[in-house]
Amino acid sequence: MNENQNIPAIEMCGVNVAAMHDASFTVVEDVNWSVAAGEFWVVAGQEHSGKSDLLMLAAGLMPPAAGRINFFGIDTKNFGEAELAGRLRVGFIFQGGQLFNQLTVAENVALPLQYQRNFTALEAAQQTRALLELLELTPLADVTPANVAANWRQRAALARALILKPEMLLLDNPLAGLGARHRQWWLRFLARLAHGHELLAGKPLTLIATADDLQPWKHAGRKFALLHEKKFIPLGMWDEVTAASDPVVKELLAVHLETMAG
Amino acid sequence: MNVYCGSLWANQQVCPTGKRKNFFDRVALCYANAVRGNMAKAFELANTQVLRGAVLPKSCTDLLGRKLFLFLLTVQGLGAFALITLGVILQKNGVAKNVIRPRIRQEIARAGVALLPMFFFVALALGFLVVGQTVSALARVGAISYLGSTMVIIVVREIGPLLAAFLVLARVGTANVIELGTARALGEIEALEVLGIDPVHYLIVPRVIGMALGIFSLTVYLIIGALASGWLFAFLQDVPLTPGDYFKQIVESLGWLDFALLALKTIAFGFFIAIVTCYHGLAQPLRLEEVSRVAVRAVTQGVVVCVLIDALFIVLYLVT
Repeated sequence: MNENQNIPAIEMCGVNVAAMHDASFTVVEDVNWSVAAGEFWVVAGQEHSGKSDLLMLAAGLMPPAAGRINFFGIDTKNFGEAELAGRLRVGFIFQGGQLFNQLTVAENVALPLQYQRNFTALEAAQQTRALLELLELTPLADVTPANVAANWRQRAALARALILKPEMLLLDNPLAGLGARHRQWWLRFLARLAHGHELLAGKPLTLIATADDLQPWKHAGRKFALLHEKKFIPLGMWDEVTAASDPVVKELLAVHLETMAG
Repeated sequence: MNVYCGSLWANQQVCPTGKRKNFFDRVALCYANAVRGNMAKAFELANTQVLRGAVLPKSCTDLLGRKLFLFLLTVQGLGAFALITLGVILQKNGVAKNVIRPRIRQEIARAGVALLPMFFFVALALGFLVVGQTVSALARVGAISYLGSTMVIIVVREIGPLLAAFLVLARVGTANVIELGTARALGEIEALEVLGIDPVHYLIVPRVIGMALGIFSLTVYLIIGALASGWLFAFLQDVPLTPGDYFKQIVESLGWLDFALLALKTIAFGFFIAIVTCYHGLAQPLRLEEVSRVAVRAVTQGVVVCVLIDALFIVLYLVT
């Protein structure tokens, strides 16, 4: 679709992922992973399989314990102060949102604009309002996060990540703990982002999401990977996932099947 | 690896030790490990080797014990944190004005303007306390005409700044630890990092500047209030002292050094109280239940730091 398509957004070679809070402990070993621009990856794994740590690494927030990692063709271990421009090309949404509790939802969303683009409050308010409108957050604009339901907090975090118009969006278990209606909304909205949303000038967004349940992510054109026993296993497209004989994959699929049967 | 505390810390991860550019980077990085890891881990880090090996023979360092090491590491950490903050204040002066300036205004309001009513009351009480004691003591030796000079020595040089610092520590310092500790425990610091916002710049710098200016101006108001109320209570106790004489005494016993040192001292109080409280809120990865314990420790250390600074300034007085 554009010339950037050829350069992988992330390329990892033999990367070891250290735990976020303990650098000496390796959670995933020898990751070889290439994410092309515009791709939609879903990384599945059970609890404590290192999904969040891998995602933090993929966002350039911490350096790999070993191996080589490239972002957008730039050879760097992580985005420090000097590579600020690089970091801002990557959006990241934590599980649970992690909004700033001292600020209202609107201020949370406006903060990156004000800080990075040096917008005044008034200038930022225009863009913020439009984005909040799009994500149906307008009624919550002046509420502090503590008074917002978890479902909506997650969505406010999405608004905060999108306000700087990133090229790649990483989501840490975005569907965890959401109600059915909100799950549907997220899946639909992420699909629209992946195809190219008018918000990002129609440019397809590179997406990486982690999940502990693969079933809701069933969709053609998405790529899947599995984290299990410190290994990163690319599974391929959806039909390859369902065809896989790996018991862990079966389990990650069965979680949903059982609840459907029950 | 922790991801918080952007600029200098991130640099450390990117470039190898040999390629440091300026003095700030180098000093800060020597200490940064103790701040970044938690304290127990810091024992294993290479930089404590200097501490363990350099000055004393091994038998002596063994004697020193864990407590002293912890103390030294805290001092190390505070020093590093202070340098990092100073570095960020200098390096990022003018960056993201539209966010940082309102934040500084907010902090000045919180550590200064909002405390004015309380300081009015304290000034009144302070004047009363000091005068009540000194009038009876001075009357005994027939030196009642030195009331003004006594007020200067006690209120302007010592009690005023120290009391102001303690009050601000109690009201704003504790809030700092709890706010930042909670933010750290809830992962807000990582969220700032993700958005490319330097947590030190956004969270610490406004607090440090706000508290330094806050304590400075509150001390001035406190001193003026205490001197005025001092005369008022002296008048009520029938001390034969006209306001003209009283204020003349005060003016005569004040030198230019008093003004300079008062400004320096109060700004140092504010800077270090903010550093100590913010350090304890931010430096260690906390769990929510640890926040209260850390708040207590931060207040204790804040008091100790203030007294130490005060002692340093007394030495300065005596020397000059």
